[in-house]
Amino acid sequence: MAARLVAITAALALACLTLGPVLAVLLRADGVTRLAPGDWQALRFTLWQAVLSAAFSVLCAVPVARALARQSFPGRGLLVALMGAPFILPVIVAVMGLIAVFGQAGLLNDGLRALGGPALDIYGLHGVVLAHVFFNLPLATRMLLQGWLAIPAERFRLAASLGLTRRAQFRLIELPLLRRVLPGAFAVIFVICLTSFAVALTLGGGPRATTVELAIYQAMRFDFDLGRAALLALMQLGLGLAAGIVALTVSQGSGFGIGRDRIVPRWDGRGRRGVDACVIVLAAAFLLVPLAMVVLRGLPGLALLGADTARAAGHSLAVALASTALCLAWALPLATRRGELLALMAIAISPLVLGAGLFLMLRSFVNPFSMALPVTALVNALMALPFALRILSTEAEAVRADFSRLRATLRLTQAAWLRLVFLPRLRRPIGFAAGLTAALAMGDLGVIALFADPDRATLPLQVYRLMGAYQMQAAAGAALLLLALSFALFWLFDRGGRVNAEA
Amino acid sequence: MLRLEDVAVPMDGRALRMDLRLQAGARIAVLGPSGAGKSTLLDVIAGFRPVTAGRVAWKDNDLTAAPPEARPVSILFQDGNLFPHLSVARNLGLALRPDGARPDTTGRARIDAALSEVGLAGMGDRRPGTLSGGQQSRAALARVLLQDRPVLLLDEPFSALGPALKVEMLDLVRQVADRLSALTLLVTHDPGDALRFADEVVLVADGQVHAPVPAAQMMADPPAALRAYLGAQDSD
Repeated sequence: MAARLVAITAALALACLTLGPVLAVLLRADGVTRLAPGDWQALRFTLWQAVLSAAFSVLCAVPVARALARQSFPGRGLLVALMGAPFILPVIVAVMGLIAVFGQAGLLNDGLRALGGPALDIYGLHGVVLAHVFFNLPLATRMLLQGWLAIPAERFRLAASLGLTRRAQFRLIELPLLRRVLPGAFAVIFVICLTSFAVALTLGGGPRATTVELAIYQAMRFDFDLGRAALLALMQLGLGLAAGIVALTVSQGSGFGIGRDRIVPRWDGRGRRGVDACVIVLAAAFLLVPLAMVVLRGLPGLALLGADTARAAGHSLAVALASTALCLAWALPLATRRGELLALMAIAISPLVLGAGLFLMLRSFVNPFSMALPVTALVNALMALPFALRILSTEAEAVRADFSRLRATLRLTQAAWLRLVFLPRLRRPIGFAAGLTAALAMGDLGVIALFADPDRATLPLQVYRLMGAYQMQAAAGAALLLLALSFALFWLFDRGGRVNAEA
Repeated sequence: MLRLEDVAVPMDGRALRMDLRLQAGARIAVLGPSGAGKSTLLDVIAGFRPVTAGRVAWKDNDLTAAPPEARPVSILFQDGNLFPHLSVARNLGLALRPDGARPDTTGRARIDAALSEVGLAGMGDRRPGTLSGGQQSRAALARVLLQDRPVLLLDEPFSALGPALKVEMLDLVRQVADRLSALTLLVTHDPGDALRFADEVVLVADGQVHAPVPAAQMMADPPAALRAYLGAQDSD
């Protein structure tokens, strides 16, 4: 009974903290303010860039997943694991890396200049799409790879023994798979890109490359037009809910791919080694070169880290740890199938909408800017909750199913069950979920931008400010620090769940 | 005495009916075809399955609505009888301290005694995963000793063991049951187990849990339902 009470309390707190801000937005949006003409432009841009980003991510993922599925080579497992890294990579760090490769003074333009070609500009629609593909190509690849590896090996052997042509094999085996997985992958990535804020903030901007999220931020920060910000938040909310429902129906069962390091013995990979090698090298370069550039350019910048950056790093660590604690406190009681459904609510609501709502709520009681860090910690915990629940609920249900009878026959008390069985059995997924949450919160550049004043920057915001002040070396150093801290947090928590954990 | 009075439980769309009395301290084998409801019978006694009609009682206590933890019953499942991440001694300690606290000196001595009794002296610090299948069963039986409850249910706990080991374990169960003077119900597929272990046999077949019959008599003159199940044995 006590456990039930805790679960209900957690559910109610979740509902209040997501629906409360939404309500605040709804109430405030009911004013006389109108949307500016640019806001409709923002809506069009948001949809269009999300369509392009999802399409390119998914289309490019097909050859990559195909190559990874049918070839085996040393380092394949590592590469598949690396495909999971963008998930915990701070957006601002990735953007720095992409600028170092595709930007005005980047590697690509250096090469083009040497060949006398035209100079590329990374800012604008194509830059936003490029960054989204950088983040979501690996996700799409993992989703596809999972589908590909789920095809029974016998199918390919049968195809080989029937002497099917490549075309016939594609039509009979692979096309049905693509038809099943691609729409779901497209929908998930489309939804993710709809709530793009940090990418649009750094690579977009201007009237022609502003997302709705960015418009909310601008309305609040620059125009201080809270009514318009609320209307925009309403628009974003509708967009997120509609797209979320579509994505849920389209992606039934496909889920977020977990790249398994399994190689189905395949007969069709032999004649295709050359093509597959090119695809894999290109994809790996696209993902790894920007990261390598962050490290290379960041190293000299580490010497330029000032007191501001150190303080921001401290803020970020505090926010990350608070988010992790909060997220786990929420996730553990709600780690059931029903709880998972509840948390989907949080997916549809964007951080900026929540942030705007919380800003409106807090304004009547305190100076909202003084609450920047707690609000950031709270919103990040909410944003990470669906992922944490996804990781925890299956295993939590399994622990309950495996041991509930033993628990009853031993008459274990609730506290003994939690301390001796439930938490120890869930150590690994708890460590993994905590690592993801901490890294996500560490790297988040969203709601903090709404609330921040000069005294309360987080590290991602500090990187952004240094970039804005054209202190590129210092920005590169801070970005490297951010990268290291995010990955270290993830590693520490994940490792903590594994060490001495016995099956 | 354990009484099951006009009990009905829904099972795969039909009902399993039971109306029987089992003497305290008796050793009973539960026989019957797969899917007939042998495990369901144990679940009803242990409280894992609610009944739709009838009454379950131990001595003068009505247990019909009692949750599993409030019943005077210990149970061994087919597997998963030990928490794999806790040492054997810690697992046994939970029988003495359901609040998870570490047992005191007396408790520790009782745990050691129980372990020696099942032939696992000195193995208290091992994790269940490092024990053989037979040893894991022994550890679970040691815990049954510590739980010290008047009804002991065994749901084919030795089905994964080889024949020689199984015989050993059945003798150990006998010993444990005698020590506790517990009414013991053993679900099994094997009529040989029934003869070796039990005084009486309860047959579960055709949606019905039949009243207990002395084991020797049951085997000498099996009823039609049991003959159909044993089948192959008749021909040799």
